[in-house]
Amino acid sequence: MIEFALMFGFFAVSVSLLLNLWRLAQGPTVMDRVIAVDTMVINAIALIIYYGIYHGTTVYFEAALLFAMFGFISTVAYCRFVLRGDVIE
Amino acid sequence: MNLFVEFIVSALIIIGGVFLLVGSLGMIKLPELMSRLHGPTKATTLGIGSALFASVVYFAFSGNFSIHEVLIVFFLFMTAPITAHFVSKAYLHEQNRADKLPPTGRNCGWATFDPAPGHEEAATQDPADKRG
Repeated sequence: MIEFALMFGFFAVSVSLLLNLWRLAQGPTVMDRVIAVDTMVINAIALIIYYGIYHGTTVYFEAALLFAMFGFISTVAYCRFVLRGDVIE
Repeated sequence: MNLFVEFIVSALIIIGGVFLLVGSLGMIKLPELMSRLHGPTKATTLGIGSALFASVVYFAFSGNFSIHEVLIVFFLFMTAPITAHFVSKAYLHEQNRADKLPPTGRNCGWATFDPAPGHEEAATQDPADKRG
């Protein structure tokens, strides 16, 4: 049963990544692209977690944690650059 | 692993996938960025939350319990509001819509455009806007 649920999860997350990619390519403003990248990082974390359940190993959670941290830091750096014209003043 | 636990894990995985899909669909369908911010925050809290909770339940009942998922959930729940706040602030600043915003109803303006109350002198002494 978990395998079928995971197949659905992989499908849903992959479709979400494609929708985010469309927003990243099309987005009218800069902040649209920033939030598209942020949502792509969220979806990538979910994909890594589902992959870990699929293979029954906990090795991939460090990668998911690193993705979460770098996604947050990159989003904040982009927003700060748009706000102040500089990341670290 | 008995059938009940499998049912719980499958339901959580499907709920997580559905909410991640709904969040990304909202990114496509909603008209402008301020309403588009609504989608990814739901994806972060409910989608990632239930996906990671499914992982916690699965690994707890298959023998090797790990605490990493709780760490990821804690980190994401803390950083999602900060990200949304930063994005909306930067959007307001980028669109330069100070005249189109409604009044705040206080003696200080919107935080993106006006200095904080009590810091007016410091703001005027700042060097000129670096965006040029």
